[in-house]
Amino acid sequence: MKVDLTVNGKDITADVEDRMLLVHFLRDVADLTATNIGCDTTSCGACTVLLDGESVKSCTVLAAQASGHQITTVEGLASNGVMHPVQRAFHEQHGLQCGFCTPGMVMAIVSLLRENPHPTEEQVRIGLEGNLCRCTGYHNIVRAALAAAEVSS
Amino acid sequence: MIPSSFTYKRAGSAEEAIDLAVEYGEDAKYLAGGHSLLPLMKLRLAAPEVIIDLGGLHDLSYITDHGSHIAIGALTRHHDVQHSDLLARELPLLAHAAGEVGDPQIRHRGTIGGSVAHADPASDLPAVLLALDATLVARGTDGSRELPIGEFFQGLFETVLDPSELLTEIRVPKPAAGARGWSFQKFTQRAIDWAIVGVAVQGHQVALVNMAGTPLRAAAVEAALADGAAPADAAAHAAEGTSAASDIRASREYREHLARVLVSRALTEAASRA
Repeated sequence: MKVDLTVNGKDITADVEDRMLLVHFLRDVADLTATNIGCDTTSCGACTVLLDGESVKSCTVLAAQASGHQITTVEGLASNGVMHPVQRAFHEQHGLQCGFCTPGMVMAIVSLLRENPHPTEEQVRIGLEGNLCRCTGYHNIVRAALAAAEVSS
Repeated sequence: MIPSSFTYKRAGSAEEAIDLAVEYGEDAKYLAGGHSLLPLMKLRLAAPEVIIDLGGLHDLSYITDHGSHIAIGALTRHHDVQHSDLLARELPLLAHAAGEVGDPQIRHRGTIGGSVAHADPASDLPAVLLALDATLVARGTDGSRELPIGEFFQGLFETVLDPSELLTEIRVPKPAAGARGWSFQKFTQRAIDWAIVGVAVQGHQVALVNMAGTPLRAAAVEAALADGAAPADAAAHAAEGTSAASDIRASREYREHLARVLVSRALTEAASRA
């Protein structure tokens, strides 16, 4: 079937299988491979992207469902080579170890801060309950989210 | 993991969705947010040949005040139920419980109608709506009918809906003045897991998550409360009439124990809010 998605501001039309998952569309059709496939069961959050500005797990959305909608991946956050405040905060607070969960974590935090620009530490921790870090490096990830909120205020 | 092959149809209206469901019959499944059905399809536990996507039916996403009850469109997302000022004021049990479903990403996609129609006894909202005595509105080829939620669930993933019938609205009566106390208790292993056992209390109405093949009311607890029993004494009856499963997460005996403990906590918390 024909799908038409706007990914990071760019229109992408493609003929795909009806059953294609959004994460496979992003990685294999749009050639945007930052979004990782982790658990593939809606649990780990590694594949988190924004759908019309809100975080979703792209392993549990069909490309067909996303047709006609706006998708943002971590590749779409920086503008003109300047990192997004959440990316900058991950860099400065050392919010990553192996980096596998990072694209999903960053997108989950971008969505979280849009809904709640000044979260408490507890709200950040609860807000990230859908994202797992296999290095267990949560402390600096939470610190990065709070730092990004501080910068944006 | 990818689902087995299917044909995707996007419905532009409720009428079109029902027409498609009639056309494809038992081979078709409605897809709302997809966060119950797609994981089952990826595990090949479900393999519908036709998917009818309801995602475009924006007119079935609303929360409106009708005086004695609140009407909620079936495609209203958990995120919108969680953050509704109207529900926070009138039905805080429902708003709170919606915020306990899954995680933020899941709540951005999952819908209240999808959760109810999927009829997973481990889901939170079916039991919450059972405690609230909700009425469900289903539309079919012959028009709409109203279904008391107590008659809706028939078994594991089974409801009284015909395959082509579409759940369109959930009507929740506002609790009476003496029944405003509420509580929602959910015991999980990990943050985003389904409840091993859950309890929803509104006034003296008590419903259980994951204690049988369907969500169910704790009738023996309610009877004890009606006879004037204290919360702790009423909660001792929480496992009566249940048929909890033993599975990888918990034995039946453990679930029965949890039900008694959580009902006691829920009744105490509800009383403190009355």
